[in-house]
Amino acid sequence: MLKIKNLESGYGKLKVLKRVSMHVNPGEIVTIVGSNGAGKTTLLHSIAGLLKARSGEIIFDGQDILRLTTEKIVFMGCSLVPEGRQVFSTMSVKENLLLGAYVQYRKKQKERVRADLERIYDLFPILRERERQLAGTLSGGEQQMLAIGRALMAGPKLIMMDEPSMGLAPLIVKDIFHIILKLRNEGNTVLLVEQNAKAALSIADRGYVLETGRIMLQGSAEDLLSNKDVQRAYLGRDIDSEVELKL
Amino acid sequence: MNIELFFQYLVAGLTYGTIYAIVAIGFNIIYNTTGIINFAQGEFVMLGGMIAVTMNKFMPLPSAILAAVTLTMILGALIEIVFIRWLVKPSVLRMIIITIGLSIVIREGALHIWGESVRALPYFTGTEVSSIAIGGVFISPQVLWVIGVSSIAVVALNLFFNYTLPGRQMRACSANRDAARLCGISAKNMVTLSFVLSAGIGALAGCVVSPITYVQYDSGTGLAIKGFTVAILGGLGNSMAAVAAGMMLGILESFSIWVMPTAYKDVISIAILLLILFVRPSGLFGNKEAFSLKEF
Repeated sequence: MLKIKNLESGYGKLKVLKRVSMHVNPGEIVTIVGSNGAGKTTLLHSIAGLLKARSGEIIFDGQDILRLTTEKIVFMGCSLVPEGRQVFSTMSVKENLLLGAYVQYRKKQKERVRADLERIYDLFPILRERERQLAGTLSGGEQQMLAIGRALMAGPKLIMMDEPSMGLAPLIVKDIFHIILKLRNEGNTVLLVEQNAKAALSIADRGYVLETGRIMLQGSAEDLLSNKDVQRAYLGRDIDSEVELKL
Repeated sequence: MNIELFFQYLVAGLTYGTIYAIVAIGFNIIYNTTGIINFAQGEFVMLGGMIAVTMNKFMPLPSAILAAVTLTMILGALIEIVFIRWLVKPSVLRMIIITIGLSIVIREGALHIWGESVRALPYFTGTEVSSIAIGGVFISPQVLWVIGVSSIAVVALNLFFNYTLPGRQMRACSANRDAARLCGISAKNMVTLSFVLSAGIGALAGCVVSPITYVQYDSGTGLAIKGFTVAILGGLGNSMAAVAAGMMLGILESFSIWVMPTAYKDVISIAILLLILFVRPSGLFGNKEAFSLKEF
């Protein structure tokens, strides 16, 4: 579905991503974990076209999208739920969702929008209740649900999420991750970027560890979860020292 | 104070207030999608009036106005496409200087095409001396045209922004540009559309007002200053507040004649502009909650 080869990207003279290669297969949750400043958001922005990558290849659905505009990439079915929600705060919840469906209007699939809206409201019942409220007045968790709902309204083949758990209460985070799992089980493909490595790896099929712009590790989520380095660096556990303590 | 004279001043104030509000709304439309003030907004008003006067020689008044508005809209689109669209993340200062430059070019261009003579469209109905008596107040029919056409334009714009897909897209771009792009909305096209819309509404204002105020190659500048004052007074980007602020300024100006020489009329708006910038830059109606939600 998505295949990235030797991607290099950055801001001005600053090179953030160094020869990043990765792929996402249809129907799986792939997570990219890494600490602050590792280049996770840069990677997603480069895929979404918000940031023009310098070199490399980004193949989505069999087509190189490296030089395409964000708008075109969304039309092709690759949607991003941006970091920090970024809902249209001065507009109502329903208007936000309808704007998410803009590509459906353009594709003359107007009939789909109503059904999709119902689907989103079933997925996030709280959004139905708040339909007429301004998005800016929602709580953080509700805004995150709205941002995910808005991206889903475009009917994407691949949905990318940037730090969906950021700044949310643990209970809400659990809800959000449940939703992501549910989306996958319904046949969606998800590329999930998270600082909350443990939660992300526990729902993902595969994972990549990004460190200072390079992919350091990759593998199945289970392997990464039990990997000593990953545990030490991202899960706050040090197996070696635990072993030593037992001795 | 004579009660009839009072109402006469009030009506005059409302008329000018409506015009200021329309110009301010033109400012707001572009400000909302781009975050810049288009200092060529007054020139759109002037062009509307000028083109309509010229067209009126060849065709009846309604089609002349339609042609003037359409041509100005096309010019608005061209200006955006040629001078603004290709800029990569331009700074606000750069955009402002571009629009100031454009306003000078348009003004000088108008001077070459039409000369310095003062022109006016004929009164839409009746003549300069005809008037309608409403409760003892004599109102020129053109005043009713100005207020009527402007009100319709404001309502139409509101419906457009709230209930149509392109209107919602424009609001989405002003609320959060990147998020709008992630919905597949072309932010660039929305900026072009905003120039088209504000050129159109400016030109329409220029047409309806020209029988009363007349139009000359440089008459846009004065209107732009008034419109800018009103936009700031109401709170930048808020079109309904612009209407209220426009009425306030119009009425204040109109009644100032009572206490000050007419020549000082313009001082009022400049004084208000300075005062509001010093004391309350978010504008009179700048709702704090809504303001904090805005991201531009």
